[in-house]
Amino acid sequence: MREYLILRVITKLLFPFILLFGLYVQFHGDFGPGGGFQAGVIFAASFILYSMVFGVQAAQRVLPDGILRGAIAGGLLLYALVGVVDLMLGVNYLDYSPMLTNPKDGQHLGIFLVELGVGITVASVMMTMFFTFATWREE
Amino acid sequence: MAEAVDIIILALMTVTVIGIVVIRNLLAVVMLSGIYSLLAASIFVAMDAVDVAFTEAAVGAGISTVLFIATLALTTRIEKKPAHKPLLPLFVCIVTGAVLIYSSLDMARYGDPNSPANRHVATYYLENTKKDTGIPNVVTAVLASYRGYDTLGEVTVIFTAGIGVILLLGSWRRGLKTPNPHPEDEA
Repeated sequence: MREYLILRVITKLLFPFILLFGLYVQFHGDFGPGGGFQAGVIFAASFILYSMVFGVQAAQRVLPDGILRGAIAGGLLLYALVGVVDLMLGVNYLDYSPMLTNPKDGQHLGIFLVELGVGITVASVMMTMFFTFATWREE
Repeated sequence: MAEAVDIIILALMTVTVIGIVVIRNLLAVVMLSGIYSLLAASIFVAMDAVDVAFTEAAVGAGISTVLFIATLALTTRIEKKPAHKPLLPLFVCIVTGAVLIYSSLDMARYGDPNSPANRHVATYYLENTKKDTGIPNVVTAVLASYRGYDTLGEVTVIFTAGIGVILLLGSWRRGLKTPNPHPEDEA
C-alpha cells in the first residue's frame, strides 16, 4: 500500500485518537458505556489499521510476538490474581471490598484492575489473531 | 415512532441476510455481515442497551469483519456452488423459525416490569449497586463485580481462542524468526 498517500496520512492522523478513545472507554467504563472488552477491541483496531496500511512488520516493531503472547496470559493472570489477593484478605474469590479501607474504594480498585486485565487480554488476542492471519504462509 | 425505527432496522436486517444468502462473492458477504452487525447495534441502541450495542459495533461490525477479510486473503474469495439441492436445509430453517416464532408468543413483553427476568435479581442490582460499589454504571458493576466469575470465564474463552490461533497458525510452526518480507501486499 505504499502508493496510497491519502490512506497513509489519514491513518497517521487517526491512530493516536483511536488509541486515546480506547483508553477512554477502558477507564470510563464505570461511569458510561464501555469496559475492558470494547476498549481492548478498539485498542487492537488502531494497531490493525496501522498494520493494514504500513505493513504488519511496522506494527510488530512496537508489539513483537513475545510481548503480545505475554500480554495474552498477563491480562488473564491479573484478573485471576485479583481474586487470589481477595482470598488472602479472608473474603470470597473476587470480592473486592476489603482491598482498600473503604469498601466502595475497594470495589472501584477491584473493578479497575479486573477490567484492565480484560482489556489487555482482549487487545492482545485480537492483534495476535490479525498478525498471525496476515503473515501466515503455506509451507 | 420507536416502533417505526425498529421496523425499518429489522427490514434492513432481513434484506442484508437475504443478500448474504444469495451472493457468492465472499468479500461482499463479509461486508454485508459487518452491516448486519451495525444494524443489530442500532437495534440495541433503540432498546437502550448501550453497552451491548457498543460491544456489537466494536466486535461484530469492526474486528470480526477485519478478521474475516484476513481469512479470505488466506483462502478464496468465491464460494463454491453447493453440491446438493438446498431443500433439506430450507426445510430445517423453516421448521426452526416456526418453532422460534411460536415460542416468542409466550415471551414477556419488552420492558415488562412483572416478567421473571425483571423480578428476580435485576431489582436487587438496580437498588444496591450504588450502595455496594458506588459505581453509576450498573452493567459494569454486574459484569465485573457481582458476576466476576462469569467474566473471568469469558476472558478465559478469549485467551483459549488466542492460544488456539497461535498453536495452529503461529510463526513458531515455521521455525522462522523473521516475518514475511511483504506482508502488507496481502493484508
